[in-house]
Amino acid sequence: MDYIDPHIHMVSRTTDDYATLARMGCVAMSEPAFWAGYDRGSVDGFRDYFRQLTETEPARAAQFGIQHFTWLCINAKEAENVSLSREVIAMIPEFLKCSNVLGIGEIGLNKNTKNEATVFLEHVDLAVEHEQSILIHTPHLEDKFQGTRMILDMLCDDQRVARDRVLVDHVEEHTIKEVLDRGFWAGMTLYPITKCTPERAADMIEQTGGERLLANSAGDWGVSKPTAVPDLIFEMRRRGLAESLIKKVVYDNPIEFFSKSRQFGFEPRSA
Amino acid sequence: MPNHAMSNERTGDEIVSESYLEVRAKLLEIAATFDRIDRATDHQSLAETGSEKHKLLLAAVEILRREQPDRAESLQQLFSRPYEAGWRSEFGLSDTPRTP
Repeated sequence: MDYIDPHIHMVSRTTDDYATLARMGCVAMSEPAFWAGYDRGSVDGFRDYFRQLTETEPARAAQFGIQHFTWLCINAKEAENVSLSREVIAMIPEFLKCSNVLGIGEIGLNKNTKNEATVFLEHVDLAVEHEQSILIHTPHLEDKFQGTRMILDMLCDDQRVARDRVLVDHVEEHTIKEVLDRGFWAGMTLYPITKCTPERAADMIEQTGGERLLANSAGDWGVSKPTAVPDLIFEMRRRGLAESLIKKVVYDNPIEFFSKSRQFGFEPRSA
Repeated sequence: MPNHAMSNERTGDEIVSESYLEVRAKLLEIAATFDRIDRATDHQSLAETGSEKHKLLLAAVEILRREQPDRAESLQQLFSRPYEAGWRSEFGLSDTPRTP
């Protein structure tokens, strides 16, 4: 089955991973900007990273027939440095017209601090000003519930934000309902330990019906599995769920959400 | 959020049957981990952080025994920091709705 991984960090992965993903049916992916594992020291460090996301990775992906899209921001972890964050936010418009840019992301919170919230709001301003979709990172582990609610507070109090152009990622059992009930898209991240297993993701799909729901691997430089979305497909098939439901979550929903971005020039594989 | 209750593709008996060995193995891992902690501490007290986490794990086991359909969500809540609705005033951030 053709599928789309809507959240994966290919700058951290090998070319062999691209080859494996292509063989498993991945036809497109989107790569939000994230923390590199160390704090970057200057706005030029981010400029180089955005060139990698808008030039290098699309070319690597294309070698294997995969269409690569991206999202730009300074991530929540580095947002503690507010002055650097403001320099990066001011520089982002240089890249918004690149052909694979879908919007602003993954913005959000990490430890739910004042600085993170301040920079989050300034990213939302940027997205509104440039009519961009938004992809949101919610915090890890014990900070997730509190941080997700704080993010929803900020988004819901902003009448400029079109909720159907916002994907709130890394939802789990205690956050998915609030995200969907308030009209946003929700993403489930399939991580071996710290987020959601394919089995639990399939439970959430069964309980919600899969409307406005996406699934991703968030494969990166840490413990993660870039082929996690095929694992979810396998689990759903094992349970006897309809092929149409599987396709909705791993292919149709990403296309519907990404299509709200002007630059989503996806071309389906010819029949 | 509507409950679509699509899990009835399989019966409860089928789920028990296919999950039995896997869940049995996971429960054994949990039991063995608690035993390992006890042996390592030789029935002495854990330090403050360890003790708090240990209590959380024991509370989680209690949640598993409940006859309720939302055990996974309850576990997530148990392991979560609480949300305070007045967080913006604490940060000195405006809570005035932003308009076009």
